[in-house]
Amino acid sequence: MSELTGVDPFDITVRSNGLRRRRIVEKVAGSLAVGSAVFASGILLVVLGTLVYKGFSQLSVDFFTKPRPLFGESGGIADALVGSALIVGMAMIMAIPISVLVAIYISEYAGPKVARSLKIVLDVLNGVPAIVVGIFVFGILVVGNGQSAVFGAFALAILMLPMVARATQEILEVVPRSLRDASFALGVTKWRTTWNIILPAAIGGILTGVVIAVARVAGETAPLLFTTSIAASEISTNVTEALPTLPVTIFVFSESPDPGEQAAAWAAALVLIAFVLLMNILAKVFAGRKRRQLEGG
Amino acid sequence: MTTFEHAAPEVDSDLRRHGIRLGDLLFKGIAILASLGASVLLVLIAWQIFDLAWPAIQSFGLSFIWTEAWDPVKNQFGALIFIYGTVVTAGIALLIATPLSIAIALFLTEIAPRRVAAPIATMVELLAAIPSVVLGLWGILVFGPWVRDNLEPWIQATPLGALPVFSGDPSQSGIFVAALVLTIMIIPITSAICRELFIRVPQELTDGALALGSTRWEAIRGVMFAYAAPGIVAAVLLGLGRAFGEAIAVNQTIGNRNAIPTSWFEPGDSLGSKIASEYVGATSVEQASSILYLAAILMVISLVTNLLAQFIVVRFERARRAV
Repeated sequence: MSELTGVDPFDITVRSNGLRRRRIVEKVAGSLAVGSAVFASGILLVVLGTLVYKGFSQLSVDFFTKPRPLFGESGGIADALVGSALIVGMAMIMAIPISVLVAIYISEYAGPKVARSLKIVLDVLNGVPAIVVGIFVFGILVVGNGQSAVFGAFALAILMLPMVARATQEILEVVPRSLRDASFALGVTKWRTTWNIILPAAIGGILTGVVIAVARVAGETAPLLFTTSIAASEISTNVTEALPTLPVTIFVFSESPDPGEQAAAWAAALVLIAFVLLMNILAKVFAGRKRRQLEGG
Repeated sequence: MTTFEHAAPEVDSDLRRHGIRLGDLLFKGIAILASLGASVLLVLIAWQIFDLAWPAIQSFGLSFIWTEAWDPVKNQFGALIFIYGTVVTAGIALLIATPLSIAIALFLTEIAPRRVAAPIATMVELLAAIPSVVLGLWGILVFGPWVRDNLEPWIQATPLGALPVFSGDPSQSGIFVAALVLTIMIIPITSAICRELFIRVPQELTDGALALGSTRWEAIRGVMFAYAAPGIVAAVLLGLGRAFGEAIAVNQTIGNRNAIPTSWFEPGDSLGSKIASEYVGATSVEQASSILYLAAILMVISLVTNLLAQFIVVRFERARRAV
């Protein structure tokens, strides 16, 4: 049998340069790819599992409603939750309008050259390390005025700007040309078309970008260290002073030798990651709706 | 009657046209202003960092970059310790993350059926969503001890253990642990871009390779990699930029020691991490502006890495369009 196949002129495997070896290489490469994907998703599960395992038992009503304990008293992270919510909220108010306007300028007004350079500016801005943004805000605002929640929000807004602007600009560019043409043909002006036709058509995509940016900056620690980190551990809504935040609290507790503070760090991290995951699921929902809308239209 | 009917709309439309033009101009003006603001912001950040660092730049000069010292008591400062930490941690992360990311992207685009690919892609995406402070918390309290007890002794048992960088006692915080945490952070970034690249490789190219009798892997290596190579380099550079700039997770896991360790298992420090450590306030002018000098170096490294990636992407797109 083997002698026969050895000389069979119609059997292409005979002359195919070590097909067996090549098939083995293929199998190995394939299994490595599968292994890598399993590895990456495994790490996510391990991190999430650890957070739930170490943090869940710490969660209680007190944990959400009482401020940070000073020395061994029972307490929670309510002060940090309030501070984070205020700071992220202010960052959104600062960043979203400007981001959307930049996106509109790039996709609706600017010529191809200006558009390309602005996109590069946004991408480079996106690549500035968060800690450098923190130092920048420290330099122009905190020096002389002292730390404040508003300055922290400003630093987060700088990080949000390129993310939201790029996401918005990308979605504006896939809004069908026909929508604009139809609107212009009816005599509607450009800015009215942009405001009443294009933005509503793109709202799903814009919301996706906003939500992802919020999820990302809500967990940012580096820009807050220099702007709003030295704060009293009490629930306060005075944004002109430094307010405690969730990421900074986790950061400080994570480097603490005290097991009680480490436990609080796990629980706070669980709360933060729950928020981040929720935001990402929300983004998926928005993105899905957007796609259906554009495809349907 | 007829004249009145004619006249009224004319006046009206004239007014409206005027208002319309004003609205258009105003809207465009605001949009231009916002775009200018974003561009000015970038310049302002760069200028401000250098301005704040100026006292240190003047007193230490360029030799700051290769001076191995950080001694607030003697007022001696240099960046080499931190540049070493930054480059080595990011370099190790890059070496491990690049093949893994490419493999993940291949799995998602070429191997996995759609039903499997979608949830795995989501999970890898979510890995990028974990805040660095949370990953650092896990890194310092769970992952670090595991690396010390299992991974580092295992590496020392292999032939690699003979290298000086893998010598010494295993430690739960140090260059190596920080590098592994960075690896986890850049895998989702690089693999997401690679995935986009592989999806855009024209089907007929891989089909052609397959029709010529190559195996699936040979088609991937010979055609897809060749086609996507510049994009892969850009993806890797973007991951590298992220690794250079990460401050928090590295600060939590690298051990924060003002020295260049012989062994990667020992504690060291990186640029971003050192800056983050100093948030409580530097004590002297020299120290404060030296921190800013570190920030300036970090910013330049990040910007160069990022611009290089952008440049490659632009070139890549242009070449594609020409084809």
